[in-house]
Amino acid sequence: MSKTIVKLAQLHKSFGSVNALNGIDLELKEGEVLGLFGHNGAGKSTLMKLILGLFAPTQGSLQVLGHDPMAPDAAKARQQIGYLPENVSFYDQLTGKEVLTYFARLKQINETRVTTLLDEVGLKEAMNRKVKTYSKGMRQRLGLAQAMLGSPKLLLLDEPTVGLDPIATHEFYQSVDKLKQQGCAVILCSHVLPGVERHISKLMIVSKGKTLAAGTISELRQQANLPITVKTSGVSDAQFEQLGLADYIVRKDNNSADLSIEHNMQRTILDKVAPLASLTHFEMTHASLENLYLHYLTKTNSLPTLEEVS
Amino acid sequence: MNPILSVARKEFKDGLRNRWIVAISVIFSLLAIGLAFFGSAASGTLGFVSLDSTMTSLASLGVFIIPLIALMLCYDAFVGEKEAGTLLLLLTYPLSKTQLLLGKFIGHGAIMATANIVGFGSAALVVSLFGENAETSVVVLQFARFIAYATLLSWVFISFAFIVSVSVEEKSKAAGLSLVVWFLLVLVFDLAILALLVGAQDMIAPQTLPYLMWLNPTDLFRLINLMATETQAYSGVLNVAANANFSTPLLVGIMFCWILVPLFIANTIFNRKGV
Repeated sequence: MSKTIVKLAQLHKSFGSVNALNGIDLELKEGEVLGLFGHNGAGKSTLMKLILGLFAPTQGSLQVLGHDPMAPDAAKARQQIGYLPENVSFYDQLTGKEVLTYFARLKQINETRVTTLLDEVGLKEAMNRKVKTYSKGMRQRLGLAQAMLGSPKLLLLDEPTVGLDPIATHEFYQSVDKLKQQGCAVILCSHVLPGVERHISKLMIVSKGKTLAAGTISELRQQANLPITVKTSGVSDAQFEQLGLADYIVRKDNNSADLSIEHNMQRTILDKVAPLASLTHFEMTHASLENLYLHYLTKTNSLPTLEEVS
Repeated sequence: MNPILSVARKEFKDGLRNRWIVAISVIFSLLAIGLAFFGSAASGTLGFVSLDSTMTSLASLGVFIIPLIALMLCYDAFVGEKEAGTLLLLLTYPLSKTQLLLGKFIGHGAIMATANIVGFGSAALVVSLFGENAETSVVVLQFARFIAYATLLSWVFISFAFIVSVSVEEKSKAAGLSLVVWFLLVLVFDLAILALLVGAQDMIAPQTLPYLMWLNPTDLFRLINLMATETQAYSGVLNVAANANFSTPLLVGIMFCWILVPLFIANTIFNRKGV
């Protein structure tokens, strides 16, 4: 039985007359990675700050690593939480090693870990250079090393891959996967949707402080019932006609055709098209994370209007 | 290590790294040596005149420059980190806001103390080596006292700078407000007291006048220094305190209140503010 790391029930937070969060429920167990998605101002950062204990909720209950994050005894829990804020610029005049040593001291972590961590994020060569000479990606990696100090049980990452090149992004997700296997729970806030879905175990889409959808990706796919795209090559129009599938064709080239089908038609398509001898290419694609995200946001009409954005 | 000390250590090292400590020490040293050997140039003589006149002019110039430097050093202590985003991050660490504030105070306080000791200490050395009729033991004692009082004055203005730094959202505003604090306490206060003395003479009981000096840490600083010299040349607004028998420990105690009360206020504001 895995332990619950974060538990939120009917969480409300308002700043003056603005309701930032309107009743959020969430349970995150160890080893789970939650993708938290939503447009700017949807309440993602507020949710993270509540979990970090930076302020108290207006209403509702929250437990982080078995503590109320605002309680005086929460310092111990904070030792086990790693956080990477969005847009942090570290002390420019210090070297990467000095920055990380400072944070390690504040977390009461053995300073010998600092060099190992810097090596893990690929900053070993640059660790004695001042942070002001670092590129955006290097700063982000320093931030990650900072968040990973002291083998955290809970990791909160706000836009962690912004500014990282594809290789660094890949390496970053590998570290996340590693932490996940060690039982670390991760909350990942990101706008960069492609590539994220392989690494998250659950997702939550928020808008205007409310949860629009929550669950595993396959649960949400089923719930949303978005069409599946089937790409084929080598099948003629006549053949599709014969199989009664001509109505599903959405795009056609000389030799290839794309079909858009319902969720429950997967089996039928496979049975009918796959045996065709002329078939040279066959590919079924489920709705991507972007499609799901857009689906839930537009379904509830909760895309912000222009006035709200400005 | 205790988180307060970790913060203090980092702030002090920053002071060494960005040359603040060196720069302030040099300013203090040049100021004291200049006053000791060239202070009498206006009256037609060059060279060291007397220790008492040196200490008197040092106190009256120091009262302008020491608060200004302390404010410049510390006005961005919190608002600077807030702008950079590191304050938010620090507060997610096992570290309370009060601990962060105390750590920063100790670190910055140590920077100012070091600069005072190195700056004025080196001046004391030069004076005792090259000053005619300057007895080393007296020079050391006088300068040691001055360093102690100058350090207290620096700490008072660090506390003021912290109030400013936790109260505003932008660095530029903090810089401006710090200048206003300096202007009010160092310049305007004395003028206001003088105006009060002249304009409303009858409305204030004469025995309460000396206590007006307690209301301004810069006047306290000048008063303590004056009491330490033989001449007792009270000038300007300090005249009101000439006949009061304040003891030095009492005045030092009040100076400590001027450090602790603003620091407490800064801490209260800091703890109330959201992130």
